[in-house]
Amino acid sequence: MANRHKENLPITAQGFMDEFMRLKRGSVTRRHFLTATGLGLATAVMSRVPGAISTPAYAEDLGSQMSIATWPNYHDPATFENFKAATGVAVEVNVFGSNEEMLAKLQAGATGWSLFVPTNYTIATYHKLGLIDELDLAKLPNFSAASENPRFTKEGQIDGKTYALPKNWGTTGFAVNTSKIKAPLTSWKDFFEIAQGEADGRAMVHDYQLTTIGSALVSLGLDFNSIKPEDLAKAEELLIKVKPHLFAINSDYQPAMRATDAWMTMCWTNDGAQLNRDIPEIHYILGKDGGEIWTDYYAIPKDAPNKAAGYALLNYLMDPKVAVKEHTANGAPTTDSRVLELLPKEIVSNKIVYPDEAALTPLEFGAAVTLTDPGRAELMARFKSA
Amino acid sequence: MVTAMLLGPAAAWLVVFLVLPFIAIIVFSFGERAPEGGYQPAFTLAQFANLGARAAAFANTLTLAPIGALACLLVAYPVAYYLAVKADPRHRMLLVSLVVVPFWTSMLVRTYAWMYLLGGRGIPHLLDLVGFSDVRLLNTPGAVLLGIVYGYLPLMILPIYVSLEKLDRRLLEASADLGAHPFSTFFGITVPLSLPGVMTGIALVTILLLGEYLIPQLLGGGKVFFIGNALVDLFLQSRNWPFGSAIAVTLVAVVVMVLLIAMRIAWRVAGTRQVDLM
Repeated sequence: MANRHKENLPITAQGFMDEFMRLKRGSVTRRHFLTATGLGLATAVMSRVPGAISTPAYAEDLGSQMSIATWPNYHDPATFENFKAATGVAVEVNVFGSNEEMLAKLQAGATGWSLFVPTNYTIATYHKLGLIDELDLAKLPNFSAASENPRFTKEGQIDGKTYALPKNWGTTGFAVNTSKIKAPLTSWKDFFEIAQGEADGRAMVHDYQLTTIGSALVSLGLDFNSIKPEDLAKAEELLIKVKPHLFAINSDYQPAMRATDAWMTMCWTNDGAQLNRDIPEIHYILGKDGGEIWTDYYAIPKDAPNKAAGYALLNYLMDPKVAVKEHTANGAPTTDSRVLELLPKEIVSNKIVYPDEAALTPLEFGAAVTLTDPGRAELMARFKSA
Repeated sequence: MVTAMLLGPAAAWLVVFLVLPFIAIIVFSFGERAPEGGYQPAFTLAQFANLGARAAAFANTLTLAPIGALACLLVAYPVAYYLAVKADPRHRMLLVSLVVVPFWTSMLVRTYAWMYLLGGRGIPHLLDLVGFSDVRLLNTPGAVLLGIVYGYLPLMILPIYVSLEKLDRRLLEASADLGAHPFSTFFGITVPLSLPGVMTGIALVTILLLGEYLIPQLLGGGKVFFIGNALVDLFLQSRNWPFGSAIAVTLVAVVVMVLLIAMRIAWRVAGTRQVDLM
């Protein structure tokens, strides 16, 4: 009775080893071995699962569960379903509002994440704090360094070692509902002016110091990444003057824009593309006076409980056939020319997702020091409590 | 021995989940922010000296918490009075349980529901249909106050209900027999005797409001900044754990003071020390 549950297995452990030794001795064919052990059936099933064929055979035990920390509306949900079908590993998705929040959780420890999605300017900090592992590229055969755009991959590398692989890049501009706001907007200067005029009580800024303070600095002709006290004082003056006219300080702006409670918001590429796709009168604009360009990466935490599955999922996501679905779903531009070739024409020609090079020129990458600067954190607190 | 065994689990729970974390918070509050955020050991009073940097958040909280509690009281008292005095005793238990039913749904979900009710497609849309155009409700201090009254109402109703239910009806009859107007009976007898419940409710709601952060975030659009919001930002955004800890310790001190003051008032008005606030 005790062994009854084993009766359903195709073969016992002892039987498997016997067959395996016979195969090694050459006394049976490989076909006999695969049939006798049930592995042949498993392989046949696996090969029917989309995406499973291009992934290498999993030498290690992947377990049955892993978790990933990422951003809202950032993946094709089918990706994780397909990964589960291919590997048996269920992926738990944790959604975050800011890089700081991710960093705080990793600093506190025991997050349980085996993969996460940090933005370019945080990787140096994660490395410095010893929170991420160098990636073993041998376990990531689907990644192709040659087809990546170096502009968007360089911050994943520190001292010649690869710590993170790019997921997608993007920009921080603003979305405007043109059926409500008639004035043409082309710059952050316009954004903060219209917020106090035509869009009074209808504009949103991020609950995020990097972009909110950075864009305010840009509108004043100052550097996006500035941490100079005199620059920050000017940005603070502007933000506190604008605050009574704002609808909200919140990074979750899609619901308010869709309900037309808000008419204008600071906005990331992918949200801009999603809003414009569903509501064409919402336009996405890059400030001609500047703003942010960014890359989101995949990295594996040092204390990841299931590194094998983390690597397997990362390799799966680096498969261009999988990545193309991800980009179609989340609307952010790809860093990988192999994916670019596979993407439908209407996505590649979408100027929100792939702006002209000239529109990108004034944009800056956020800097690591901007993220951790206490002066900026205090400014944000004063802005919010004013 | 039996006492120790009975108290053991509760004591262990309190030590692990209340006393130890609180000690950690006190230790953190004397430390420094590490350059990349978090905590590094030190012995400094700098965090407490810097409390002024969140003065606006303390001021917002210390004004909105009592206002919220009073608004709750104004709505809760008539409800509690009806339940305890006027309602048909056969239906009383059903009505009281109806007060508690909303607690079965997560506060977050109920607050999100208000976001939609107050947003442009909700009540303002209906008002627009009857001629009041461009009414803005969401992301205003009024919306925050509404959220507070809605969320904390049961915590105010129940203690007042309990104290009104214990009210000796013969006192009301005596008052009427002696020719008192119903108004004087209500303000001379019912209200004073229900004050312990009122004070309990105010203390409960005020204390919980001092730590509130969800309602200002969701219904205030992030523009109304409570001390709870300051704490969330310090721990999760700027990762200044020592300063966050100093604010948390100060907040605990404020809560204890509020509780002591409320207890004193309750003792005085009730004329006895037999008043339990918790």
